[in-house]
Amino acid sequence: MSLDADIRTGRGEFTVDLRLTVEAGETVALLGPNGAGKTTVLRALAGLLPLLDGHIRVNDTVWDEPPRTFVPVERRPVGVVFQDYLLFAHMSVLENVAFGLRARGMRRDAARRQAMEWLAVVGLGDKAQERPRRLSGGQAQRVALVRALVAGPELLLMDEPLAALDAGTRVRVRAELGRHLGEFAGGTVVVTHDPLDAMVLADRLVIVEGGRVVQSGSPVEVARRPKTRYIADLVGLNLCRGAASGTSVALDGGGALIIAEPAQGPVYVSFSPASIGLHAERPGGSPRNAWPVVVTGLEQHAHTVRVMVEGAPSVLVDVTAGVVAELRLEVGARLWAVLKATEIQTYPA
Amino acid sequence: MPWVLVAPAAVGLAFLLVPLVGLLARTPWGDLAGRLFSAEVGQALRLSVVCASLATVICVLLGVPLAWVLARGDIPGRRFVRALVTVPLVLPPVVGGVALLLVLGRRGPVGQLLDSWFGVSLPFTTAGVVVAEAFVAMPFLVISVEGALRAADPRFEEAAATLGASRSLVFRRVTLPSVAPGLVAGTVLCWARALGEFGATITFAGNFPGETTTTPLAVYLALESDPDAAIVLSVVLLAVSVAVLAGLRERWITA
Repeated sequence: MSLDADIRTGRGEFTVDLRLTVEAGETVALLGPNGAGKTTVLRALAGLLPLLDGHIRVNDTVWDEPPRTFVPVERRPVGVVFQDYLLFAHMSVLENVAFGLRARGMRRDAARRQAMEWLAVVGLGDKAQERPRRLSGGQAQRVALVRALVAGPELLLMDEPLAALDAGTRVRVRAELGRHLGEFAGGTVVVTHDPLDAMVLADRLVIVEGGRVVQSGSPVEVARRPKTRYIADLVGLNLCRGAASGTSVALDGGGALIIAEPAQGPVYVSFSPASIGLHAERPGGSPRNAWPVVVTGLEQHAHTVRVMVEGAPSVLVDVTAGVVAELRLEVGARLWAVLKATEIQTYPA
Repeated sequence: MPWVLVAPAAVGLAFLLVPLVGLLARTPWGDLAGRLFSAEVGQALRLSVVCASLATVICVLLGVPLAWVLARGDIPGRRFVRALVTVPLVLPPVVGGVALLLVLGRRGPVGQLLDSWFGVSLPFTTAGVVVAEAFVAMPFLVISVEGALRAADPRFEEAAATLGASRSLVFRRVTLPSVAPGLVAGTVLCWARALGEFGATITFAGNFPGETTTTPLAVYLALESDPDAAIVLSVVLLAVSVAVLAGLRERWITA
C-alpha cells in the first residue's frame, strides 16, 4: 500500500492545498490547530468530500482525480475512526463491528464470527452483546477501531481518536492504540491537535496550518526544529525568524542575536525558555546576547514560573520561584534578558 | 394567583372538558357491548379501521421518502415545497375533498386517465375514502419524520458509508432506525387523523353505508335516527384519541 495524494478542495472561502504520502505500515499524523483543514483532508481521503483538483492514488488505483474519476466512499477500502466514534446506538457492539463485513457482502454467520475474533483481540469479547452506550470511553474507542479495521482496509483514517477520552484513560488508550497501529499493515493517517498524541502515535508528522503543510518530518526533527509559532508553542520553544550573516542574525521582528555557528540567508532560530536568564542590570563583559525587556505576564507552572517579556525579541522565559522573589518580578518590571549563543539552534527557513 | 387569570382559565378548562364528560354521562354503558357489535356500528368501525390503516400504509410508503427528500435532498425551493406539504394540514378538509373531486373525479384530468387506462373510478368508492384520508393525514407523517430526520446526526450515515454500505443499506440499517421514534409517532398521528377524517371523505367519497360510511360519517347520520348509536361511536373515537395521546405523551405533549 502506498498513498499519494495531492489534495485541493475547500468549502467557501476556506481552501486546502497539500500533498500527502503514506507508505505501508506508516502512521502519519496531521497536526495543526483547530480549523487548519485536517479533518477536510481526512474527509477527502475517505471520499466524503470530493476533490476540486489534484489526485488521490492508492497503489496504482485512482480514488479521486477530478473531473474524470471519483470512487464513492462505500467502494474505497478505507476504515475511518471518527472523533466521537459514531457507533450505531441501535446495534450491539458485535453488530457494529460486523456491519462493514455484512455491507461488503459477507454472510451473517461468517461476519459475526470474524467480528467476534476481532473483539477478542482487543479484549472486548465479553462486551459483544452490549449496546455501545454501555461502554466506557476507552472501550468505545477500541470498538470503533476494530469496526474500521475488520474489513481489512488499505488505509486507516482517524479523526482525533483520543479527544473524547478523559486524561487518565487517554494515556493507557494512547499506548494501546500505538500498539494496534504498529500491527496494522496498511497506511494510517491520524488527525490530531494534540502534539503528544501525534508524537507518540506517528512515524511522521505533517503540520497543517490554514490548509497548507507548513512543516513535516519525524517527531524528533519537528520537535527540535520547529518552523512555526504553533509548533514552537506546542513543544515549548521560543522561535524567531531572521536573516543570518555570519554569526549575527537580524530578526524579522526587530533585534539581533549572535549565534555560535555561522550561517547565511533566511533562518529560524529557536531556544528553550529555560536557557534565558533575567537580570536586573545589564551584565558586563562576555559576548552574550543581552537585550532590555519588560515583563508582560507571569504564569505558575509545576516547578517553574513562565515569564512573558516584551522586547526585541519578545520571548518566554522559565525561571525558578527564587528568581521571581529575588528580582521582584511583576508585570511592568524592566529587566535584561541574557542568552548564550551556544543555546541557540539555527536552521534554514 | 390573580383571579383575573384563574377565572377565565377555569372557564376555558370547563369549556374543553364538560362536553366530553357530557358525552360519557349520556353513554348507554350497559348496552355498549351489544351496540358495538350491532350491524351498522360494527360495519362503520370496521370500514374506518381498514380505510385508516390502508391510508396510513400509503402515507408511510410515499411520506417517508418525501420526508427524506425534504430533510436531506438538495432540491431547489425546498422551503417552499415544505410549506406546500403542510397545506392539507390547515386546509379545511371539505376543500380538500372538492379538490380531489376536481382532479380525480371522472371528468378530472387524472380521473379521466385512471378511468380510460385502468377502468378505475375513485370518487364515491371505498378506495376513494382511502385516498381522501391519505390526502388529509399525510402531512402529519411527513412533518414528524422530517423533523426526526433533521434532528438525526447525518455523520452516522457517513460512518456507515465508510464501512462499505450502499445508499439503500444506509437508509434501511442506519437512517430508519435512528428516526424510528419519529416514524412511529408520525404513523400513529397519521392513523388517528385518518380515522377521524370527515369533510374530505364525505365530499369525495360520499356516504354509502358499508362502502364509504366511516365512523365519523356514521356518527353524523345516526345523530338524527339513532342518537345512542351516535354516542357509542363517538365514545369509541374518543377512546382512540385518548389512547393515541397516552401513547405519544412522551414525544408530543411534553414537547
